[in-house]
Amino acid sequence: MSIDPIRAGASAIAAAVRSRSMTARAVADAHLARIAALDGALGAYTSVTRERALTEADAVDAAVAAGRYPGPLAGVPYGVKNLFDIEGVVTLAGSKINRTNPPAAADATLVTRMKASGAVLLGALNMGEYAYDFTGENAHDGRSANPHDPTRMSGGSSGGSGTAAAAGMATITLGSDTNGSIRVPSSLCGLFGLKPTFGRLSRAGTFPFVTSLDHLGPLARSTLDLALSYDAMQGPDAADPCCTAQGLDPTTPALSRGIAGLRVATLGGYFRERATPEALAAVDTVAATLGATQTVEWPEVARARAAAFLITATEAASFHLPRLRDRPGDFDPDVRDRLIAGAMAPASLVGKAHKLRRWFRDEVMRVFEHVDILLAPATPCRAPLGGQKTMVLGGVEMPVRANLGLFTQPVSFVGLPVVAVPVWTAGERLPIGVQVIAPPWREDLALRAAFTLERGGACASKVA
Amino acid sequence: MPDTPPFDPQALIDAMAPLVGIPVDPAFRPGVAANLALIATMANLVDGAPLDEREEPAAVYRP
Repeated sequence: MSIDPIRAGASAIAAAVRSRSMTARAVADAHLARIAALDGALGAYTSVTRERALTEADAVDAAVAAGRYPGPLAGVPYGVKNLFDIEGVVTLAGSKINRTNPPAAADATLVTRMKASGAVLLGALNMGEYAYDFTGENAHDGRSANPHDPTRMSGGSSGGSGTAAAAGMATITLGSDTNGSIRVPSSLCGLFGLKPTFGRLSRAGTFPFVTSLDHLGPLARSTLDLALSYDAMQGPDAADPCCTAQGLDPTTPALSRGIAGLRVATLGGYFRERATPEALAAVDTVAATLGATQTVEWPEVARARAAAFLITATEAASFHLPRLRDRPGDFDPDVRDRLIAGAMAPASLVGKAHKLRRWFRDEVMRVFEHVDILLAPATPCRAPLGGQKTMVLGGVEMPVRANLGLFTQPVSFVGLPVVAVPVWTAGERLPIGVQVIAPPWREDLALRAAFTLERGGACASKVA
Repeated sequence: MPDTPPFDPQALIDAMAPLVGIPVDPAFRPGVAANLALIATMANLVDGAPLDEREEPAAVYRP
């Protein structure tokens, strides 16, 4: 079977590599050549690990030649947001300050697991500084452009992860999502993105942002690729105190089971009041395909979002305090000013924000007694222009940087698993995403719904 | 709630900078003040949340 290694999904690449119809080396070469040709203009990679990619690809080919099983992701090329440790590479986390740190001594846990599954690492990807960003614009490394219209934002903070996957410069990318940083670039770049349950995937060996809220997960051009990589990365890890010790819940085997019997509803109230008509139309398309006729509401969503905002500002400030004291001039000025403000916020209300989180979780779980899947916009609008500072939502002018995550932030505050699915409207060049939200630990349900949407043609992704 | 003076981000910066040990360059002040105003808006929303006083935070949050 002959495949186009740039456009093929992970399962097709792995099948071709296992059957020796294409070598992992050829897949890696094709991607390295594409990165060399395109990335100067798009700005996805900050470091291309060429030697490592070729070494890993050759090891996969050698395993196949020796008759050994090379793993479910054999030869699948991937990139990681540059807050993941890569052995021998300095973990930038989008900053100038970290450039003077020594190279990472070992891979992050998830990179180790991707490698064990046969995947081939292409390099480290651009991101908003210290992940405090929704635009994909980096003050030091430049912006990650949207491959579907390079004058537009990729979204952030996993901007390079969005750009690389949408441009065919990786089959799968890994990102982090504290308040929306996987789901926002997935929406703007037309990708499928999985933010698992809080505590599901180990964060060990990654540069933190907000310990209480940080999640990791994959972005890809199909639901199947999300499921394959997510399954490869699951598992307990004592090195991350928030990582669950519960067993594995593989999602790939049941992906095509469909959604018969699942109760699907649309989130109303807060999630509809601030969205543009194109965001609402995308949600309604998905709702119609999944047979969702009911609208439900969560209580106090604006307060929940505010609590996530406060926890983020203050915990991030606490983490960065030494850098704010010693090297304030070396930050992205926008990030620095947010962090300094966070260092001065009232602790009494941060304490209440944590209480509100637990209360809000209980309220959300009451809603899940009656539904299995909830739908909401991923971003309030399609990709803004590069450099755009404000946007108008519901008649109010708002800063882009803080508000692209308006709809993602309350959902990750609870820690719910979400698949962002891309919707394309006839006549429009740019996609927009919808959040498919499931109860805690039920990534399988969100992935099954996303797979159903993809198979039914309501959602799709493509190489730009 | 008793009347309190209006929130003044500049006064907060002056008071807090020595406590947290961050030198706030004059060039940083407008940005920090704008972010403090946003934090104040968010803090007021959290302050108004209808929680029972016996609500407790999760020691280690599990969704």
